[in-house]
Amino acid sequence: MSIAATQKRGFGAVLWDYLTTVDHKKIAHMYLFSGGFFFLLGGLEALIIRIQLIKPNNDFISAGLYNEMFTMHGTTMIFLAAMPLLLGLMNAVMPLQIGARDVAFPFLNSLGFWLFLFGGILLNCSWFLGGAPDAGWTAYAPLSTTSPGHGVDFYVMGLQISGAGTLIGGINFLVTIVNMRAPGMTYMRMPLFTWTTFVASTLILFAFPALTVGLFLLMFDRMFGSAFFDIALGGNSIIWEHLFWIFGHPEVYILILPAFGMFSDIFSTFSRKRLFGYTAMVFATLLIAFLGFMVWAHHMFTVGMGPVANSIFAIATMAIAVPTGIKIFNWLATMWGGSITINSAMLWSLAFIPSFTIGGMTGVMVASAVADYQYHDTYFVVAHFHYVIVGGVVFGILAGLHYWWPKMFGRILHEGMGKLAFWTFFIGFHLTFFIQHFLGLMGMPRRYWVFLEGQELDLGNLISTIGAFFMTFGVIVFLINAIYSWKKGEKAPADPWDGRTLEWATASPPAHYNFKQTPLVRGLDPLWIEKTEGKDEMTPAEPLGDIHMPNSSILPFIMSLGLFIAGFGFIYQTDNSAWLIVLFAGMAILFGSMIVRSVKDDHGYHITKEELEREAD
Amino acid sequence: MSHDHSLKPETMPSEPEKATLEGKNKFLGLWFFLGGETVLFASLFGTYLALRNSTAGGPSGEEIFGLELVFIMTMLLLTSSLTSVYAMYHMKNNNYKKMQLWLGITGLLGLGFLSLEIYEFVHYITDYEFTFRSSAFGSAFYTLVGFHGGHVLFGLCWLLTLMIRNAKRGLNLYNAPKFYVFSLYWHFIDVVWVFIFTVVYLMGKVG
Amino acid sequence: MKGWMGKFRALFLLSSLALILSGCGKDNLTALVPKGYGAESAMDLIILTTIVMVFVFIIVMIIYTIVLIRFRKKKGQEDIIPKQVEGNKTLETIWTIIPILLLLIIAVPTVTATFDLADETGKEDAINIHVTGNQFWWHFNYEGEEIQTSQDLYIPVGERVYLDMISSDVIHSFWVPTIAGKMDTNPENENTMYIEAYEEGVYWGKCAELCGPSHSLMDFKVIAVSPEEYDQWVADMQNVDPEEEPQDAVVQEGKELFEANNCMSCHAIGSSPAAIGPNLTNFGDRSTIAGFLEPTKENLVDWIVDPESIKPGNKMTGNYPNVSEEEAESIAEYLMQLQPSEVTPESAGN
Repeated sequence: MSIAATQKRGFGAVLWDYLTTVDHKKIAHMYLFSGGFFFLLGGLEALIIRIQLIKPNNDFISAGLYNEMFTMHGTTMIFLAAMPLLLGLMNAVMPLQIGARDVAFPFLNSLGFWLFLFGGILLNCSWFLGGAPDAGWTAYAPLSTTSPGHGVDFYVMGLQISGAGTLIGGINFLVTIVNMRAPGMTYMRMPLFTWTTFVASTLILFAFPALTVGLFLLMFDRMFGSAFFDIALGGNSIIWEHLFWIFGHPEVYILILPAFGMFSDIFSTFSRKRLFGYTAMVFATLLIAFLGFMVWAHHMFTVGMGPVANSIFAIATMAIAVPTGIKIFNWLATMWGGSITINSAMLWSLAFIPSFTIGGMTGVMVASAVADYQYHDTYFVVAHFHYVIVGGVVFGILAGLHYWWPKMFGRILHEGMGKLAFWTFFIGFHLTFFIQHFLGLMGMPRRYWVFLEGQELDLGNLISTIGAFFMTFGVIVFLINAIYSWKKGEKAPADPWDGRTLEWATASPPAHYNFKQTPLVRGLDPLWIEKTEGKDEMTPAEPLGDIHMPNSSILPFIMSLGLFIAGFGFIYQTDNSAWLIVLFAGMAILFGSMIVRSVKDDHGYHITKEELEREAD
Repeated sequence: MSHDHSLKPETMPSEPEKATLEGKNKFLGLWFFLGGETVLFASLFGTYLALRNSTAGGPSGEEIFGLELVFIMTMLLLTSSLTSVYAMYHMKNNNYKKMQLWLGITGLLGLGFLSLEIYEFVHYITDYEFTFRSSAFGSAFYTLVGFHGGHVLFGLCWLLTLMIRNAKRGLNLYNAPKFYVFSLYWHFIDVVWVFIFTVVYLMGKVG
Repeated sequence: MKGWMGKFRALFLLSSLALILSGCGKDNLTALVPKGYGAESAMDLIILTTIVMVFVFIIVMIIYTIVLIRFRKKKGQEDIIPKQVEGNKTLETIWTIIPILLLLIIAVPTVTATFDLADETGKEDAINIHVTGNQFWWHFNYEGEEIQTSQDLYIPVGERVYLDMISSDVIHSFWVPTIAGKMDTNPENENTMYIEAYEEGVYWGKCAELCGPSHSLMDFKVIAVSPEEYDQWVADMQNVDPEEEPQDAVVQEGKELFEANNCMSCHAIGSSPAAIGPNLTNFGDRSTIAGFLEPTKENLVDWIVDPESIKPGNKMTGNYPNVSEEEAESIAEYLMQLQPSEVTPESAGN
């Protein structure tokens, strides 16, 4: 199992390696690759939406197809692009940052990935099988329960399966961070990205089950004739809204908190200064997460909850601005007095501050319930959440990719192309979304297939569409950059950025066991501490010895495949009960694999001390 | 590997379920999982409470629930929680045979509970024509109680697999956490049932 | 609060004018130039929050700019290691306390306005209208007046009109940006809001909750007229005799075709509460056809012949026999002459 043996292999061997791998770094590659693919897909859908809205009364696509397009754009971007890209970065970096050899449950890590991927594929199969879901990514009942065809069924099954994967991933990260930290890595010495991974995983753990239940209710109504949202039988459609947003609002923080963590690490590294107000940053993160669970109903100000509920949720929402503000000022203070290097990773991070501040400002504005009666479900809200999610999460992911690309792939991304991609995307982003604040207030609700002539909405929409093309160009340049780096990119040293945290203390890319000897952590920014004392590597916490590693397994892939097959059975058994066979076959594959997993002991294997010594030569 | 071999009294750690890193991870992972399950059941309870009076002209809980049967079910499940505690007690004393025995009793009690629940559902469907589809209340009732029943069923399958797989070998550091984690899960199911008993049946009868 | 807000509003409008060439949007559609009570309350808060937030943004940007100018790595100083600062209690306290104070400035008027807009004290003596959202049109039932109508909602200027809103199918949201913020119409419960228009006019209304393929075409109008005209309109609507036989031969033919094609099984003329399709009592007075088309005969004929091509997913398609172009013209003649009132969108100064 030495590294030499893993080089120069055929395609089949590599494929099998990835299908069965339980190595967090390879799983990270797969998350990034699939998340990137879905990001392109969601981007294409966005572009089609913007082309449809380039002029009034446009008929580029039909009304039905338009509804499918924005439903899939939202669903894809949140569940299949942003989440997996973040989970990919967490997988790649977090175990290294805490000095661990792997995650706590390598098998479950692989299972989480394959569930996400098969869920995403199932959802997108709908395009080819009679139409995608068309009830919006929020899938409000009873529109979603009465939507004809199987589109929404694919939404339900696809999200249920990929959601299960995410939940597994969250639990895995939590246990990893609690149990697997290297000696000396106390909680208050963890890098901010690890902290935010920890907090985001907690949010996943407590938020996703609400979605799971919501999806089950929707599934039972659509496929098995229950009456949760059937008004005639006493059902209540508001239940869905509550369940969806009890999940949906924390979801926003699941996305943005890891991005906050990345920015914290990046600002600190490229200012050559420790993070200003580390303790405050940690507690602000915890406070945001806590408040994030208390505010879901601010998505429902117009539902008719009454003035008491609206006021409470308005004030709770405004409160989130305080810890978020603390973070913004702490980042500025981190850079203050520093020695700032501006490269691609830093450009994305620097661009985040004004962009996200605008998103946060409009966030406070929409929190004001009465003003929200105007903003709600208009392009103002569209602009607001794109400022938060693109200006925060996407900028964060791109910053993180540029920052950790050398660690993950052993190559450095091209600076010139990085800057070109940044500037076009950045300009395009503001061009697309800034004007939408005004479009909303000028009377343009969201999810409108057409806007009519003579409503003075033409110019704003045209500008917005032009911006979308700029963003597209930026994404294409980034893509070329990624491929270029793979073919011809500059080889990366272990520590290309003069890093401060543990991931830079091991090779780029790291060996599959991460650290030959577990490092001893002596404070915040452990590598920086060693460097200031003139050492160029970490002090080991243990003598060189055997390393225990987990075994690869194909079972996660098969289990997810089983659920994928069963998903089709669930969807189509409403047409013909013969599909129940498919349902049971899929479930049999799933449970069969689970039994195999529990019956077969899996003790892992050991890399011996001798092998490690040979590699060193 | 050393952890393949059965534990002897002299090598027995006081907490065999947490003696290895894998064991610690399993232990903590299950606790987190139960945290998520709590939200899952909380969501189901919320849905049920919102819909418990939406009978749409069909039977209401007050008309159909029979507390005697449910009381017996509650007793069975509570007792099974207790017997699983005995099993864990014997595990810590490295008395493998007794542990298996008490786990077996736990399983039988669970099976009894599940049989009565199935009987209860059949009774509602045949005698009252009260089904999953008859009203929003029906949907919410069967979903909440059924999710719990599904958890019991899953727990029984889990227990059966564990007991069969380890029938011919003793306790070791590899399987000790597995048994322990199962017992945690079983307690959780028990706690959820206490809430169902209160919120669904008692409040249904009284309110 | 309203006094000094007025000055700020002018300032704010001026600056947003400078920001975008297209100005504040279409008169009577935009929320930026409010002409009703709810919209004005919202606009006051929009201005207040914008001012506070722009203030915060400017402070952030000042620090940001200084940081970027002063602390970039300089040539020849590559090896300088900055002082590693842990934090600063005073600074961190300041940027915790000040935002809390700023939020209080926003929170208090927000709560006041939220309760104010939910106030139902005058409801019993006011005009009450039951609004029903349908895929993809609006039904209005004037309580105690025996008036059923759709798409055009007549209200008197300067009065609070209470709307009890519900949906017959999926969730919709009732939004007239220039007069008031929106409120959802849920299928299971009634929501109540009040609207009050300050000026006469025809205000654009929109559906603001995704409700199906033609969500974007589910427009309606609120027609605010003087109280006298409103009373006139009510009297005219109550005088409609649906049984009245038309004089004109073409119209007569249209009426017969209308009845022969089963249109009456969904549509009603008069005060019948049946509302599977829009009530057509004052169809000839309506400001639009199908909610968004110019009220011309050609548009009406197109709509009757093939509604699906105009409003995808509507409930009319396929529910009546094929109607030829000629037949549709007769029906159109009949419908267009249903003009019970002198009070029309034009009289509100369209």
